[in-house]
Amino acid sequence: MMLRYLLPAPVYLGAMLLSGASLASPITALESPRADIPSSDLTFPSGPGSEQINSNCLTCHSADHVLNQPSLSKEAWEEVVTKMIRAYKAPVNADDAEKIVEYLAATKGSP
Amino acid sequence: MDRQKFVHPLMTRRNLLRGAGAGSLGLMPVPAWAQAVVDFHVPGGPSTRPMTTAYPQKGPMVLQRSSPPWLETPFEVFDKGVFTPNDQHYVSWHWATFPNEIDVDPFRLSVRGHVNQALSLSLKDILNGLPRVELAAVSQCAGASRLYVQPRVAGAQWANGSMSNALWTGVRLKDVLDRAGVKSGARAVRFGGLDEAVMPGAPKFLKSLDVDHARDGEVMIAFAMNGEQLPLLNGFPLKLVVPGWCAVYWIKMLNDIEVLDKPDDSYWTVTGYRIPDTPHATVTPGQTGYRLVPVTRILPRSFVTNIRSGDTIKAGVPTTARGISFGGNCGVARVDLSIDGGKSWQPTQLGKDEGKYGFRQWQTQVTMPSIGSQSIMVRCTNTNNETQPNFPVWNPAGYMFNTIETTHVVAA
Repeated sequence: MMLRYLLPAPVYLGAMLLSGASLASPITALESPRADIPSSDLTFPSGPGSEQINSNCLTCHSADHVLNQPSLSKEAWEEVVTKMIRAYKAPVNADDAEKIVEYLAATKGSP
Repeated sequence: MDRQKFVHPLMTRRNLLRGAGAGSLGLMPVPAWAQAVVDFHVPGGPSTRPMTTAYPQKGPMVLQRSSPPWLETPFEVFDKGVFTPNDQHYVSWHWATFPNEIDVDPFRLSVRGHVNQALSLSLKDILNGLPRVELAAVSQCAGASRLYVQPRVAGAQWANGSMSNALWTGVRLKDVLDRAGVKSGARAVRFGGLDEAVMPGAPKFLKSLDVDHARDGEVMIAFAMNGEQLPLLNGFPLKLVVPGWCAVYWIKMLNDIEVLDKPDDSYWTVTGYRIPDTPHATVTPGQTGYRLVPVTRILPRSFVTNIRSGDTIKAGVPTTARGISFGGNCGVARVDLSIDGGKSWQPTQLGKDEGKYGFRQWQTQVTMPSIGSQSIMVRCTNTNNETQPNFPVWNPAGYMFNTIETTHVVAA
């Protein structure tokens, strides 16, 4: 919990200015924003099934989504992978799905 | 104020980490904050997350997921005041497909379905053609604090920073619906944004409200937060604000409002975001036979913000303890504090009321009676006389956690 970092001064100043936000002049027009949204090239560490999880799962979400999950039982991982396929229409064939579940159970299984 | 100039150009997590390593070799100077990692000290899985400054219009954030972004507000931000700065307001997207640029002029908000007159409103129509309202309200993810539920469950592993408070400026949803003229027999109003499902056939992210809720005069379409236009990642140009309800209803990049003459049967309403219909949405692991209902309102919570677990404080002398609280779908009645494990509670002084749906600060003096390991517990009771539970809230999806928080300190 003991996070310590140095705020860049302009960001800190920005936060201070915001505390007086309601004093700002009323908005009369919006400006079109344009911004780069970061992507991630992080992949799953190699092991049995890593090829399948890397080729099937990174289209919809980055690997850190999975790597940050807690250790779960194989049954729980099966449920997750089934949800991705049935509810969110991940086009994963049955063989790959089985290998993905095994990869997850092996790398992030019950302690 | 140009926030963009404080934002790093496109930088992947791997690049960021690589950059940090190179910096230590003196090859590329990297500011100290780019190397920071936050440790939530939870068992049962990875407990650390990198800090990131790589996201547009965002300052330092806890990186929970790179894409689609889950960016958590660093907890120390909550000690600075009741309004979360826009550049540290948390971020959560369901689908990775959403625009990274939005042209203001051609943007239209459509209002259609069971109405007398379908509308296609420009941003000028919304900013200049309707009465303007302001409201402070906490946006909190239904899965806030899922990281702390035991046993652990799958889902976004949020710590306590998937909540933020802002002063929202916008127009009443009621006024927009009245302009379209809701026909009799309307049942629900469904909301969609510019984000799209990645895979063909996957459910577009939509949420709906009962028609009476939609017309209660409080639900609003916000075009500004804390006096500035919304950051892209928080839903520019328009965001539905549903005061007192979970952020899943607060549709970002709102561009479609559909009045339905039957209940909403879409995935995110019928199947997603379900909790047990039991007290405090709590069941025991493995329990079956309970009914599932949608998540709706947020529940009372309170936090100590100036003292963190692991801190050392002086024994025998008064120490200031302060923090934030919110009542959920009503105001905060009181926040009480305990230093004896919940056996006795002392009242705290509440700060300025900025609106019943917003954060409310609390403060008091605590005196630790003896040296050694001690705990500080805080408990919010809202104006509907609902109090945070003293037992662990648990359900299979990890929603609605609002157990009393305990800060573990050493008195010396």
